[in-house]
Amino acid sequence: MKARFPLAAVLTALFAASFFIVPLIATFYFSLKMVRGELGFAAYAAVFNSADFLRTISYSTVASLVAIAVGALLIVPTAYWVRLKMPRLRPVIEFISLLPLIVPPVVLVFGYIRLFGSNSWLPLTTTTAGTDVLLVIGYVVLSMPYMFRAVDNGMAAIDIVTLTEAAESLGASRWRTIAFVIFPNVRAAIISGAFLTFSISLGEFVLASLLNRPAFGPYLVQLGQDRAYEPAALAIMSFAFTWGCMALMQVFATTKPGQGWLPRLLPRAKRNTA
Amino acid sequence: MTLDASARDAGIGIPRPRPAIRRSPDLSWLGVVPFFAFAFLFLIGPVLYLVWGAFQNADGQFTFANILALGSANIVASFSLTIRLSLLSAFMGALAGLLLGQAVILGGLPLWVRNAFTTFSGVASNFAGVPLAFAFIATLGRLGLVTVLLRDLFGINLYASGFNLFSFFGVSLVYLYFQLPLMFLIIAPALDGLKREWREAAEILGASRRQYWRMVGLPVLFPTILGCFLLLFANAFGTLATVYALMGSGFDVVPIVLFQQIRGNVLYNPNLGYALALGMVVIMAVSNTAYLILRNRAERWQK
Repeated sequence: MKARFPLAAVLTALFAASFFIVPLIATFYFSLKMVRGELGFAAYAAVFNSADFLRTISYSTVASLVAIAVGALLIVPTAYWVRLKMPRLRPVIEFISLLPLIVPPVVLVFGYIRLFGSNSWLPLTTTTAGTDVLLVIGYVVLSMPYMFRAVDNGMAAIDIVTLTEAAESLGASRWRTIAFVIFPNVRAAIISGAFLTFSISLGEFVLASLLNRPAFGPYLVQLGQDRAYEPAALAIMSFAFTWGCMALMQVFATTKPGQGWLPRLLPRAKRNTA
Repeated sequence: MTLDASARDAGIGIPRPRPAIRRSPDLSWLGVVPFFAFAFLFLIGPVLYLVWGAFQNADGQFTFANILALGSANIVASFSLTIRLSLLSAFMGALAGLLLGQAVILGGLPLWVRNAFTTFSGVASNFAGVPLAFAFIATLGRLGLVTVLLRDLFGINLYASGFNLFSFFGVSLVYLYFQLPLMFLIIAPALDGLKREWREAAEILGASRRQYWRMVGLPVLFPTILGCFLLLFANAFGTLATVYALMGSGFDVVPIVLFQQIRGNVLYNPNLGYALALGMVVIMAVSNTAYLILRNRAERWQK
């Protein structure tokens, strides 16, 4: 068959590309128009000068970081242990870790409010600190599918059993093995999962709103009702933020064990082994 | 075990001595206790509590009244709206994603085009929620850039011609922004799995392009496409933040109804809320399970 110019394919790709890009351009342009008659970054300045923005974004950042830490502490030892000792349990754990994909956040938080409400055996929602804990736990649950997959893939890439035996025959305790042998080897996988968790939980709305926490998501919705230009600026920033998280996630997902913290920008000169 | 085999196993012909140390009881299950405790307490427990509550009345007695109450007119309308919205958005997403995948992966475009779309899709499929709604308001809202440009440059008044971003169709258009990239990402491996030989064989037998797609390509892809469609359906069904930021609380999709009931504390009957939650979980579970089954079925062709 003679190769001809793929006109239909080019048109389809162009059409899809414009569907993706036009809203971004439009939003960016819109966000520059805050001051009548000129283009400028006034909307961005207004956002950064708002005390509410700084307060809510710091709250959400802290909540997301704690959720990442808790998630890693929960998932890494479990994934390690299951691969090492109880491989038959792995499908069960994998299934449970995928459950948050079929339980909508609004249902999950409804369950929290009812189960940990004022007349429960564990009344978390009655205190501010308890509600914060519940929010963080909710984020750990929401990110579990991604965190587990990232960590489990990372574990699959290294030979857990041999590494553990080597560590033990050198006299390392169980915890020392996990902390100094396994963890560094799946570090890149954890970080890759962490960036996805971060991009999910930073602007999360449903849990934060129903638990009544001063987080970034509810602030965004409120701003969308009150203002015109700042929301556009925030949409652009959050797209850039999502882009950054995904890029870093990709970088770390493709980092091999032992490759170091940062991706090498230049290929290292080949060592002379002769 | 025969003597030969055990001799071979031991390697040197001498039977191995029995281990002298008595095995301590196997405590390795303790290692997974934290995970299961967490999952039961904060994932399975809360959902089971709601499911249990859906079959109880206010005094804690067993009843089907809440499930039957799901049949009341406004709740049926709300489920129907959500299902129709999710179907439309999944259909648009699946069709557009399939066309894009076909064009970019099989259409003879250079590889960088595919890589660019793949990278962008990874980002866009995660760019949901409130900011997405803002972006579309700035684009196609009443004062959005595209709306204004079309009016000023081409004299087309979108809103006078019946288009409205804040409508059923408008919402599904916004959803398309994350549905299309998701479809593109999950259909790509299946499109790669279409073997070149099949197409060549079809061509040698005199099949036209159309015939190849109708009789070979689409039947092979069908389980994948259906599975992806169900995944997109579930994805749209559970969406709350995007539609809430776009339409406010008055647009009665099921997640918003539940959200309003929880927040407003207007639950004169919380058990009805449980039934709503149960309905959502059942729909999500059915479509996701069907997706997994279909995906396994589709993998037959990718060996």
